[in-house]
Amino acid sequence: MSAAIEFHEHADEEDLPAWSLPAEAVDRIRVPVTLPEQVTRDWAWGGSTGAGVRVCILDSGVELDHPLVGRVDRSVAVIRDDDGELQVVDDAEGDVAGHGTACAGIVRELAPEVELTSVRVLGSGYTGGGEILLRGLAWAIEEEFQVVNMSLSTTRTKYVERLHELADRAYFKRVLLVASAHNMPVESFPWRFASVISVGSHEEADGLTFYYNPTPPVEFFGRGLDLDVAWLNGGTLRCTGNSFATPHIAGICALILGKHPYLTPFQLKSVLYQTASNAEAAA
Amino acid sequence: MSELEAAVGAGVLGADEAHRALLQATVEVARAIYGAKAASVFLLDEAAGELVFEAVAGEGEGELIGMRFPADTGIAGWVLTTRQPLIVDDLSSDTRWSRTAAESTGYVPKSMMAVPLLVDERVLGVLNVLDRPAESRVRLSEVDLLGLFANQAAIALDLLQRARRARAALAGEGRLAPLARVAARLEEGERDTAFELLQALDRLLAETS
Repeated sequence: MSAAIEFHEHADEEDLPAWSLPAEAVDRIRVPVTLPEQVTRDWAWGGSTGAGVRVCILDSGVELDHPLVGRVDRSVAVIRDDDGELQVVDDAEGDVAGHGTACAGIVRELAPEVELTSVRVLGSGYTGGGEILLRGLAWAIEEEFQVVNMSLSTTRTKYVERLHELADRAYFKRVLLVASAHNMPVESFPWRFASVISVGSHEEADGLTFYYNPTPPVEFFGRGLDLDVAWLNGGTLRCTGNSFATPHIAGICALILGKHPYLTPFQLKSVLYQTASNAEAAA
Repeated sequence: MSELEAAVGAGVLGADEAHRALLQATVEVARAIYGAKAASVFLLDEAAGELVFEAVAGEGEGELIGMRFPADTGIAGWVLTTRQPLIVDDLSSDTRWSRTAAESTGYVPKSMMAVPLLVDERVLGVLNVLDRPAESRVRLSEVDLLGLFANQAAIALDLLQRARRARAALAGEGRLAPLARVAARLEEGERDTAFELLQALDRLLAETS
């Protein structure tokens, strides 16, 4: 482990200034220069397996014992209890749609040694979906997963403010939200927020090929076309959609964080930019 | 009240059929453009938590309208709740989905393009295109095209729902039913006195409001 990691793990946050910086405190907030002069893919994730990185799949659940997914460290679901309150409870349902399993399998393929946790926010009744999504996301942020895959969005503007707050909270807690963009002419969230990493699809067949988009709000394009993904009952399915491009970028982020766990979301976004397939330096 | 005006203006009874025809035309064009075996629109019945076949072109046409299944499972359910389009090939390997589909429709497609029908913030249902030709590799531009179709289908579905709500308000025991009957009778023969009465009622309501 490098000195930089030691610094962050042992710093006592209580001693650190929050709202202003007295002169004598400057020494206590020295931070390492984390990016080298030339950020290459080899520097970014060469040799990384994603080991030590906790990835959360916010979706329809993840099937247990799927050969393409492997170990799922924890599965929870957001449910409404008898009093109408939302609760996060341990979940044995697996995957109610197949989609969460697909996302988990893609992350596992790219970053084989990540720890996977499933938060099921879909499939427990159609109504109240937005509230359930917010609760699941809040839980994932409280649990401080390094990467949260969100291959979903909401069109309800009444949730925008709370989603925005959660996305900002995640950003400052170093919880990286990777969210599917919409390829339809509608407004939806949270992928439009600058604090998340938004993902659309490209047409190439390599999982590590990804592009930075110089004209956001869609910031990155990942592999999203004609993929054989993990699906229900240990099977696979050939799928297309931004939903599958998203876990590709989430997986790449997990690889990077496996090697450089101290990166903040803004640094990580810079690393993605520098290592994108359309960036000169990446070659 | 704008729905009432629209309903009376468009001819309450005719609007439903016209909007249904528009929806039908949309699924027929979608089916033709993709060279697919079938295309369909599911309407979300939010109260029942179910998806209902509202328009079908091709395989199942004429048999499936009105058929229902749970809105929170399967591929359509996922598309509905995530608002994300999804294209799936070799569907038959998804045994859970195939069984459900076969039980409800008697037809198990091999591939499916599903896209949510969104109007403003609301999700109204799902547009499906089933079984494109086996050799046609999907391109991202087709996904974008599907999104445009979905937009059109969503508008048609929205109109259909508005017409239905207006019709329900104006029909039978609905509170506004007398108004619909009056409007219908006004079209029969010379009704000068009735029109004068109507104008007087309008003035009275304007003065008291």
